[in-house]
Amino acid sequence: MDLESVIKVLNLKVRSGEDKLKTEVRGGYAGDLLSDVMANSKEGDLWITRQVHQNIVAVASLKEHAGIVLVQDSEPAKDTLEKAIKEGIPILVSELSGFEVTARIYNLLKKTD
Amino acid sequence: MDEKPLFDGSFSVVGGGNYDNAGEVSTSIKTILKKMGLPGDVVRKVALVSYEAEINIVSYARKGMIRLRVVSDRIMIEAIDEGQGIPDIELAMQPGWSTANQKTREMGFGAGMGLCNIKTFSDTFHISSEVGKGTHLKIIINTNSSSLQ
Repeated sequence: MDLESVIKVLNLKVRSGEDKLKTEVRGGYAGDLLSDVMANSKEGDLWITRQVHQNIVAVASLKEHAGIVLVQDSEPAKDTLEKAIKEGIPILVSELSGFEVTARIYNLLKKTD
Repeated sequence: MDEKPLFDGSFSVVGGGNYDNAGEVSTSIKTILKKMGLPGDVVRKVALVSYEAEINIVSYARKGMIRLRVVSDRIMIEAIDEGQGIPDIELAMQPGWSTANQKTREMGFGAGMGLCNIKTFSDTFHISSEVGKGTHLKIIINTNSSSLQ
């Protein structure tokens, strides 16, 4: 399933990476500890987090994530957004909690397996 | 090591808890290795290891550098910093052990996973440290030599 379809179903707000929405979402990973995400997330994952500072962009870029989903209507910090635009990393915002958004994305990806 | 490296370069890392550009060195290293045509899984492994080493320098040292050397069958990464050093390396290597301050933890760093991650994703890992001077990591990640041009 591509990013665009996930965005539509979950009604996510796109804050950056508009030109990367055809990217294939291969899986997901939820976490706020950056070392945990570095070690355990995979290429093509959608990363679900509550962290909004600029270092999330480097993590997503190094791990080649499909994008970052910020939960609870958290907006990216200004420098986070600038970095994400520069590096072409999609940042998406959901009004749902981390628990709920993770469950929905999980079910969505499972359905299309 | 007599073989002439395919790449040999050093990158300086700003320390002192300034996270503004944390990850930039690792991003440069990743770009270099990708351009050299190394396999994706090797590149991602090196990126992870260098990122953790970079974050450690930012978090705990005044300044430091990361040296990257690529030869036909392996990638060598060295992280050398000037800083507080580690009094008890065995303790520092324990998963979850951390001396990070509150600010660092709030950002999602300092969970006591960095050195463990480096060790897990390296083929060879060596750490030495001197209190009040700094820490030196030597890491080797093996590659498939046929993948290099």
